[in-house]
Amino acid sequence: MVKQTTASSPLLQVEDLGKTFGQKPPVQAVRGVNFSIAQGQTFGLVGESGSGKSTTGRLVLRLLEPSAGRVLFRGNDLGKLGKKELRQERRHMQMIFQDPYGSLNRWMSIRETLEEPLLVHGLLDPAGRKQRVETLLNEVGLPKAALDKYPHEFSGGQRQRIAIARALVTEPELIVADEPVSALDVSVQAQVLNLLLNLQESHKMTLLFISHDLRVVEFMCDQIAVMYLGQIMELGPRKAIYRTPQHPYTRALLDSIPGRGKKELPRLKGEIPSPSAIPPGCPFNTRCPLAFDRCFREQPALYELSPGHVSACHLAEAEGQPQGRPNNIAMSPGTGA
Amino acid sequence: MTNISQTNPVLDVKNLAVTLTIYGRPVPVVTNVSFQVRAGEAVALVGESGCGKTMTARAIIGLPPDGARVGGSIQLEGRELTTLSKKDRRKLGGSRIGFIFQEPMTSLHPTLTVGAQLCDTLRTHLDLGRKEARDRAAQLLDRVGIPRATAMLDSYIHQLSGGMRQRVMIALAVSCKPALIIADEPTTALDVTIQAQVLDLLKEMRSELGLAMLYITHDLEVVSDFCDRAVVMYAGDIVEEGPVASILTAPHHHYTRGLIGAIPAHDEDRKRLTLIKGQVPPLGAWPAGCRFAPRCPRADEVCLKHPALEPFEESAVRCWHPVELKKKETSTLG
Repeated sequence: MVKQTTASSPLLQVEDLGKTFGQKPPVQAVRGVNFSIAQGQTFGLVGESGSGKSTTGRLVLRLLEPSAGRVLFRGNDLGKLGKKELRQERRHMQMIFQDPYGSLNRWMSIRETLEEPLLVHGLLDPAGRKQRVETLLNEVGLPKAALDKYPHEFSGGQRQRIAIARALVTEPELIVADEPVSALDVSVQAQVLNLLLNLQESHKMTLLFISHDLRVVEFMCDQIAVMYLGQIMELGPRKAIYRTPQHPYTRALLDSIPGRGKKELPRLKGEIPSPSAIPPGCPFNTRCPLAFDRCFREQPALYELSPGHVSACHLAEAEGQPQGRPNNIAMSPGTGA
Repeated sequence: MTNISQTNPVLDVKNLAVTLTIYGRPVPVVTNVSFQVRAGEAVALVGESGCGKTMTARAIIGLPPDGARVGGSIQLEGRELTTLSKKDRRKLGGSRIGFIFQEPMTSLHPTLTVGAQLCDTLRTHLDLGRKEARDRAAQLLDRVGIPRATAMLDSYIHQLSGGMRQRVMIALAVSCKPALIIADEPTTALDVTIQAQVLDLLKEMRSELGLAMLYITHDLEVVSDFCDRAVVMYAGDIVEEGPVASILTAPHHHYTRGLIGAIPAHDEDRKRLTLIKGQVPPLGAWPAGCRFAPRCPRADEVCLKHPALEPFEESAVRCWHPVELKKKETSTLG
């Protein structure tokens, strides 16, 4: 049977999650990722291309089978659920994709698009479905006349609103949003971000927000994990990450925001190594301006710098407490915001 | 960078108009655009998709889309480009204007080596022998920070990362010591740490070669510590023009204001972003008066007439009700 969450446990818990693609050579996309998200929070995964943030999002929804570790959603290990049970759980977890042109079925009208998840899960009667679809369309700011149109009749921003409505139609508890505004123009991006915040408040949803854009992540997220080559380098409440970042990679990322950085570290040299050839020791050692001999020998553990703020850096050892995995310490209700 | 305003402009665009033919119907995409870029100056051309910024750039380099009509005047170092023959224009533009595209994968040749492309450009515009051109190409690659430059001459574009491809684009753009560089969103497709590297490189090239630069972007903040002036476009019009610093901190046009408010601000407990309602009107469906009026919070009946670009405080603005720096918002109460 599918368990229900109790008030104290987090909605989503990710433990030692790993994913390796292919064989010759294997691509280690995600390695030993731990985090948890409390009900109603927005958790941000930020990183550059190849950091494993999208793969993590897909593993969480079990759109991909993990190679290692497990995902607990509402207390249930998703890997242990049978096909039928997993399908039932899917109703409570939905996804918003980056590309609003590719993620809507162009042969389906907006009404069909929005009704489909309800039909798949056998929810509501025809009148109830009609009602739900119309209410949601209104909530995402589209007119009722949109229902009988097709995706090509809408702009990118409007399509993303439709994708959001589709994700919300089954009243999920968790939404994974993978770069939901990256394909949009600045003014439309702002509209969609505000919409997501409004909906989050009114629907009490929990959001896993994946983005490469540090400005957007800061605006949206309560908790943030910075990923690099499949690993979490630093994790903490928003203010800790943006005001007192410890990890040299986080600091370099923040310095790279044009017109903003404090420029306290020298500019990063070189490029991200391939995830099929991750350097031994700290994965960041090829680019880190502060790397010393230990970084090339030994992979740093996570150190806790302040409640809920951890960093995987040898330099954090002096400042912080050793910590096995971030999910053990994070996200008690007070650590957010 | 002193006395920029007294030097002659490298690029002087006057009343530029671009009209496309779509389904046999003329559709204006750029109207009445005038601006200048002086030696050593970097000007940002800012706007969202469909505002005409890329069309402006393509008109300047003489590569407008098929069937486009270009009107007005474009002067490069005092020479009128629009009246030149195709051949002369290509010769002049190819050596005096360097162009950096957004997507190097599609703008560099896929089956020619990096070295072949560089040497081809060098030998077309400069009087160089085969060997000299190759040496010069290696120097250029080295200068833009490509490791093992000589060996890299024999590699193909698909073998390079996005950042490296953009460095090759930059090497190509500066290869003939141009007077003007036009960069069309050169870092949009790159990761942030690589974007920072490429911006640093552009900055160095600019001061080293005394280049004038026209930098096309949708994100004013990206170029805030890079450009001197900004020209903001909306629906084919310049709506505001002025020093970057004053445009970022105190924009006068309601569109510019919305554009800046839409960017999440750092370390602020702001709960919502400032919004511009609606979206950029599609080509061929521009409103008759002020083109921003349907989305503007301040619009009234006056806005049914098209406003002119008029000097206002430090900038120039095309608006009947510009946001005043001095009186601020409180004046709307009276």
